[in-house]
Amino acid sequence: MNLTLKIWRQKNANDKGKMVDYKISDVSPDMSFLEMLDVLNEQLINSGDEPVAFDHDCREGICGMCSLYINGEAHGPDRGVTTCQLHMRMFKDGDTIYIEPFRAKAFPVIKDLVVDRSAFDRIQHAGGFISVNTSGNTIDANAIPVNKQDADTAFEAATCIGCGACVASCKNSSAMLFVGAKVSQFALLPQGQVEATDRVMNMVKQMDEEGFGNCTNTGACEVECPKGISLENIARMNSEYLKASFKG
Amino acid sequence: MSGILNSSIGRKFAMALSALFLMFFLLQHFAINILSVFSPDAFNEASHFMGTFWAVQFILQPILIIGIVFHFTMGIILELKNRRARQVKYAKNNGNANSTWMSRNMIWTGLLIEAFLIVHMSQLWWHEITVKYISPMKEDPTRYYHELVEHFESPVIVGIYIVAFVFLALHLLHGFNSAFQSIGANNKYTKALKGVSKVYSIGIPVGFIFIALYHHFAH
Repeated sequence: MNLTLKIWRQKNANDKGKMVDYKISDVSPDMSFLEMLDVLNEQLINSGDEPVAFDHDCREGICGMCSLYINGEAHGPDRGVTTCQLHMRMFKDGDTIYIEPFRAKAFPVIKDLVVDRSAFDRIQHAGGFISVNTSGNTIDANAIPVNKQDADTAFEAATCIGCGACVASCKNSSAMLFVGAKVSQFALLPQGQVEATDRVMNMVKQMDEEGFGNCTNTGACEVECPKGISLENIARMNSEYLKASFKG
Repeated sequence: MSGILNSSIGRKFAMALSALFLMFFLLQHFAINILSVFSPDAFNEASHFMGTFWAVQFILQPILIIGIVFHFTMGIILELKNRRARQVKYAKNNGNANSTWMSRNMIWTGLLIEAFLIVHMSQLWWHEITVKYISPMKEDPTRYYHELVEHFESPVIVGIYIVAFVFLALHLLHGFNSAFQSIGANNKYTKALKGVSKVYSIGIPVGFIFIALYHHFAH
């Protein structure tokens, strides 16, 4: 396959940045999108140019590190996959592909396609945990009976890999699907009840402070989420937040 | 509870509550207007009651005005905040791949509805206020039907009316379900609610358009 790539190039956080065109040939349809970028980078290095910086780690769809806004969609046109799982067979010979970083004020660009998603870490630090004494005599989690449906729903919420596709896809750059999932995974389990009030209040406060937008329920996040995290989690976070606000 | 309107979820909740209130009002407004098609007397009676009963005039009417102004103002504030959350736009964004046009354009459909409301209120509501409180006239309980018929004589007014209600349908097609999601109701009833949402969002605006066309052509 021969492709034209339009890639966002930005030297550093302070650079203005611009879209730059690249031609790439002999791309195998069996390559992953990141492998295609590896080939491009080899080409750039061989010709003495600066390679394109992009995030990646496990390359098997579980770490949430790869990002990229490809042809107007987070992680590209395929569904339920991260960019490392997106294959070049999703494109046609002669296609022009736009490759941009995840855009949000709360996700500033560090270089080229690499963005700083540490805002998510700070939201997690604000309440995305349970305080369990691990110094010995820890009660086995399995010893506490949990309704099967709740356990399954909590597990589905916990499959969020924090990649940020929800923020990138949302027209408002809202992080509510991420925060909703992180609140839900504890809200549904007995272990999460003790700190439930503080958790949701603190995580939402941190989310607002990071500069993410407000959810307007377009549902784009749910469609583009590589793990299929449901909008139901946002509704659960909303009701948890309201309960917590009335409590005090 | 302190500072709930300063949080993103609190603002969403307030937006949803005002929307639910306005949707309830719209249903009530429709229920009275549709009477005009079946029985001028019943329409006059209902309008006379709404226009003269003190609780409607001095409690519900101010609440309604506050609700409209709040929903409109908060909608604009949220839109501006949301725009600030993404300072560099995408060179290519395929919004149709993951969301409906209605959901992405609530601000525009909302602004057009608001523009219609200004015209609508200056023509009908202001007339009511004038004849009741500014230069009071003796109440004629049969005047409402004639005024309605007269209002819909103009093809321009009927045209504006139709366009406004098409935009209202587009606004409601996203807004109805969205309001329930915002107040935290996403459960086993969500599917049924989506059905109710479609019936309400299309049925009510089409009903209002029908009333306008009926009176335009029937007299």
